Amino acid sequence: MSPAEIREEILDILADIAPDEDLGELKDEVPFREQLELDSMDFLDIVMELRKRHRVQIPEEDYHHLASMQSTVTYLEPKMKDIVRS
Amino acid sequence: MYDTIIIGAGMSGLAAGIRLAHFDRRVCILERHYTIGGLNSFYRMGGRDYDVGLHAVTNFSEKGARHGPLAKLLRQLRLRWDDFKLAPQLGSSIRFSDAELNFGNDIALLEAEIRKQFPGQIDNFRRLVASLLDYDDLDGDDPRFTRSSREVLAETISDPLLREMLLCPLMWYGNARERDMDFGQFCIMFRACYLEGFGRPLKGVRLILKHLVRKFRGLGGELKLRSGVSRIHVENGRAVGVVLDDGTELQARRILSSAGAIETMRLCDDITEVDAARAGQLSFIESVSILDCQPRELGFDRTIVFYNDSPEFHWERPENALCDTRTGVICSPNNYAYAPEEGELPDGVIRITTLANHDRWCELNEPQYRAAKLAQYDRAVEASVRFMPDFRSRVIDTDVFTPKTIRRFTWHDNGAVYGAPDKQLDGSTHLENVFLCGTDQGFVGIVGAIVSGISMANRYCLQDP
Repeated sequence: MSPAEIREEILDILADIAPDEDLGELKDEVPFREQLELDSMDFLDIVMELRKRHRVQIPEEDYHHLASMQSTVTYLEPKMKDIVRS
Repeated sequence: MYDTIIIGAGMSGLAAGIRLAHFDRRVCILERHYTIGGLNSFYRMGGRDYDVGLHAVTNFSEKGARHGPLAKLLRQLRLRWDDFKLAPQLGSSIRFSDAELNFGNDIALLEAEIRKQFPGQIDNFRRLVASLLDYDDLDGDDPRFTRSSREVLAETISDPLLREMLLCPLMWYGNARERDMDFGQFCIMFRACYLEGFGRPLKGVRLILKHLVRKFRGLGGELKLRSGVSRIHVENGRAVGVVLDDGTELQARRILSSAGAIETMRLCDDITEVDAARAGQLSFIESVSILDCQPRELGFDRTIVFYNDSPEFHWERPENALCDTRTGVICSPNNYAYAPEEGELPDGVIRITTLANHDRWCELNEPQYRAAKLAQYDRAVEASVRFMPDFRSRVIDTDVFTPKTIRRFTWHDNGAVYGAPDKQLDGSTHLENVFLCGTDQGFVGIVGAIVSGISMANRYCLQDP
């Protein structure tokens, strides 16, 4: 997956977690916590969705990389570059 | 072999099931009754729909809100706000013999009422609100959690009448302990009722249940009705599966039970005796009246009235009578601000809940039981019309459900509506792979029960890959 595809995939996960949110306005550099008020349970769900959908394993000490869209995509790029988006 | 077997298809069991099925666990929910919902269920009689349990969904939040338990559970279950479609209450009241406080979904109303009725107490009330435990502190570790609410209140609010009035709705809507309340439970209920407030879907609890069960089944979860668990089979300190009432054996890696703490222990075949004295004692009857008009046409626009006929609020099982009508809850499901495009309920409905003694109801033979339902309906209505317009000439149909009904829907000992007084907040049991969810884990109400199922599933059943 390219960084743009990874971003799409994260948006898809966020839309699944928070179906009432308008994600069109999401700013990539601002933390999810501030924009969407996601809590630790929601971050755990992003991790679990990535594992469920793409078998991407994220160790607990790396969770902080998932703070914003920008940092998430940067962190996931090497882990997901060989995955083909279905 | 299931990853998890869930006992009970109430709100907590269904919510836990959705979490597990969503993350591809093999999960089966077993329900003894022929319908889902547990305490919050529904039935149909004489062409009309009735709710059991639900007067109001507490923890109301508006569409788009990101804070609070309702928003959290919607995200966790991947549901939309519109799936529950909660219409906000019109307004509720605490009515004692000589005093009244109105409240709604904005705490400012209750503050204004206290300033008006108890001018000397408004600062004390604000201090109390500021000292409430937050939801994040409610894992039971905070030493204040198990303190007596009456003690904490006496330290903050010096007028005993105001203390009793504030406690009345919170005990009615979620206190399993007689007479007093754990401060942690008080904080949960204070937030749920006064800071967040009440709502209801026009179609009642069946709408919420329909969405939960559809979601669960859509994710591949199995739900078996009329499948009571008669035994949890234990080998070497671990549960290995369950035996159903009809003898069927099912195996599972772990079991999540909403049957109640004592009720679950009794199912385990390594336990020979349980301390039944730890079961809850508080049960209710509910007297339902169908009216030929909307309650508002009689001048009654309250969503819920919590009444009490003396300055002191008695929260205890009636020892020497079937029921105690000194205090009660009057609820009109008509009095919510339903969206205009949704319309209104077809009939006027007044539901009155009063305290009842489960054992005494169970001692009655069938003719006595039927006669008692009629007599206790009359007593409950008579008691409640002291606190609302007399609606008796407008009644076209009635029904009563009793502690026996509640027992049938919940299977709780004593028909205890809110389960056992001592909650097991971490959900653990004497077995390493059996966990509790629902009422006896600690959270009550529809939102509380759903949050319980979610958090226990996350903590104990989703950890392995």
